[in-house]
Amino acid sequence: MTLLTALLSGLIFGLGLILSGMVNPAKVMGFLDLAGAWDPSLAFVMGGAILVGLVAFFIAYRRTLSFLGGNMHLPNAGAIDRRLVGGSLLFGAGWGIAGLCPGPALVAIGMGETKALVFAGAMLAGMVIFELLEHGMPAGKLPRAQWR
Amino acid sequence: MSIDWSAFTPWSSLAGGLLIGIAAATLALFNGRIAGISGIIGGLLRLPKGDSGWRAAFVIGLIGAPLLYALAFTLPRPEINAGYGSLILAGLMVGIGTRYGAGCTSGHGVCGLSRLSPRSAVATLAFMGAGFVTVYLLRHLIAN
Repeated sequence: MTLLTALLSGLIFGLGLILSGMVNPAKVMGFLDLAGAWDPSLAFVMGGAILVGLVAFFIAYRRTLSFLGGNMHLPNAGAIDRRLVGGSLLFGAGWGIAGLCPGPALVAIGMGETKALVFAGAMLAGMVIFELLEHGMPAGKLPRAQWR
Repeated sequence: MSIDWSAFTPWSSLAGGLLIGIAAATLALFNGRIAGISGIIGGLLRLPKGDSGWRAAFVIGLIGAPLLYALAFTLPRPEINAGYGSLILAGLMVGIGTRYGAGCTSGHGVCGLSRLSPRSAVATLAFMGAGFVTVYLLRHLIAN
């Protein structure tokens, strides 16, 4: 059942990204280009999403179990540190270069966009680099010959 | 229905935003999870494998959404103007950045702000600010 609700959530999320225009990098760039012909549409995306989200998380944080009876895995207040700010700045700069962030990139793959596939491949590589830097090389995962 | 994406589109953007909110609400209330795309993908890459099922299901939903959309409406074509070199650089930056920053537009921007999280507000200001500055540099300073 949790697989079904996760699938449904992904589908609705993707439909929202298409309908809102977020899946079109040219439109995202139009939003990020304050000094050009600024297109404020994407502020409406955030506004609409947060409107629903405020109610949903208000309810979610008052529950000890999910509607399906599972545990809640919602974050509690974490630290505002250099990792958070530095990582977010790096992400924002990358977002500004291509106009793609993780969600729209995946949806655009479903639209058959080769360029989105290239972007997502690099993004996954970046995430793997993070895992390796954070948690080290997984033991026994790399062929030994490489280290000789 | 087809949308003129080059114009200001407050209504379709608002409607799309509401859908994104409903999706985040579904995952939060039924699965007890945050609909943060970078975190969901990142969790799939982590070793040892744990809760991959719901993450994979969500990702399949995202990638499958255009098929569902195309059943009812004309599927628009995303306009990706960046070249391959830029896409690879941007992808690496987004991948590494979202994992260190623990979130992206969905996790911090939508869910975090909805949770009234100061941490996510800081992250959102940081990535939005960096996005604005980068586009300004690329389009107005370097391009000229």
